[in-house]
Amino acid sequence: MLPEITRSMLKNSLVLAAFAAMTVAVVAVTQQTTQSRIAEAERAAQVRALGEILPADSYDNELLDNVIYLHEPLLGHRKATPAYLASADGKPAAIIMQANAPDGYSGSINLLVGVLADGTLSGVRVIQHKETPGLGDQIELAKSPWIKNFDGKSLDNPNEHGWAVKKDRGEFDQFAGATITPRAVVGAVHKALQYFDQNHTELFAQLNTSEVSQ
Amino acid sequence: MSASFREISINGLWKNNPGLVQLLGLCPLLGTSNSTVNALGLAIATALVLICSNAAVSLIRNAVTNAVRLPAFVMIIAALTTCIELLMQAFTYELFQILGIFIPLITTNCMILGRAEAFAAKNTVLRSSYDGLMMGIGFGLVLVIIGATRELLGTGMLFTNMHLLFGSIAEHWQIIVFTDYKGFLLAILPPGAFLVLGLLIALKNWIDAYYTEHIASKTKVTTTVAADRRVRVTGAVD
Repeated sequence: MLPEITRSMLKNSLVLAAFAAMTVAVVAVTQQTTQSRIAEAERAAQVRALGEILPADSYDNELLDNVIYLHEPLLGHRKATPAYLASADGKPAAIIMQANAPDGYSGSINLLVGVLADGTLSGVRVIQHKETPGLGDQIELAKSPWIKNFDGKSLDNPNEHGWAVKKDRGEFDQFAGATITPRAVVGAVHKALQYFDQNHTELFAQLNTSEVSQ
Repeated sequence: MSASFREISINGLWKNNPGLVQLLGLCPLLGTSNSTVNALGLAIATALVLICSNAAVSLIRNAVTNAVRLPAFVMIIAALTTCIELLMQAFTYELFQILGIFIPLITTNCMILGRAEAFAAKNTVLRSSYDGLMMGIGFGLVLVIIGATRELLGTGMLFTNMHLLFGSIAEHWQIIVFTDYKGFLLAILPPGAFLVLGLLIALKNWIDAYYTEHIASKTKVTTTVAADRRVRVTGAVD
């Protein structure tokens, strides 16, 4: 006969183990049933985000099947980051890449930059930032249309000196009370355009291979 | 002696409101109340976990021994939270992303463990589920009132982005209350949460005081205040 304390420990741990098994089963079943829906929702959210930058009628391929991974210091990447290649009638149409502005007011600002094949910007959106609410957060489209200033701009329009905020004698507005945030965003978008200018042939070369493999 | 459904309702919604009286679960209450949609999203998620956990705890209340009941309750709550998290990810993906860490943190909301221990462990499944519903609504009302107040003061608008929760029919629910409003930043920032909650608690206390002084004394209703047994967190080996 076991001492009472041992018996109670044994009994209690068995009860707990039974509970652990039961709860794990519940979570596993839920996970199994929601898995495909979650993948679908993630994909839909991505498509929506990309669609904001690049109008759906400007390309005819599946963006999410044309992903390349870039690890590019000029874009502020710290690890391999996905970029999406768009084509129309088999010809390069645009690229959507992530650019990271490391010099935001509080931490880095993550941007999605869409560049058309001719080097003009189709759009820029902020994916993630920690800027001050009410001041720096006007880089979000939900708060202010400022980010739309980039639409249609390119490396030559404005010229190199123009790619700065007005306080630095450039062409882009800053916001009242916040210069550092727009300065960081303008800088990152400018660098993304430079990167595209230097590398667009190689980038779009990868479009062809990915289409052949489909 | 078990509480009647009427008492359970009054307790959850007013007398023992988790947000205003018990002050349990303050972290999510203050953290997600910067807009109505965030507040409502978290309120619904928390209420669902609370109802299910109360029901589950009540179901197993005779099967677990006193010594291991707390770990067993926590396991139930954690499992339910994970399920809700997965469901939100599947059906309201964007809201899930906004609420972020606060969804998994529902597990650590003391209100849920508190109700499991103080109520569900001693009452029938039906009563426990009802208590979960009432406590969930009570908590949710406070959360939504704080969220709406902060949104209104901070941005001059109400019900922004409700489509994250209700789908495309809610696209145009946004109400611009003050046009050309510069925004009161403090309300959106964390101190705003403390200030609004403090004012709300003060308002509740004032209403209670007003009631006992002016209304209850006139009608001569004698109310007996039964001392609630405190929640015990230690247990003997059995």
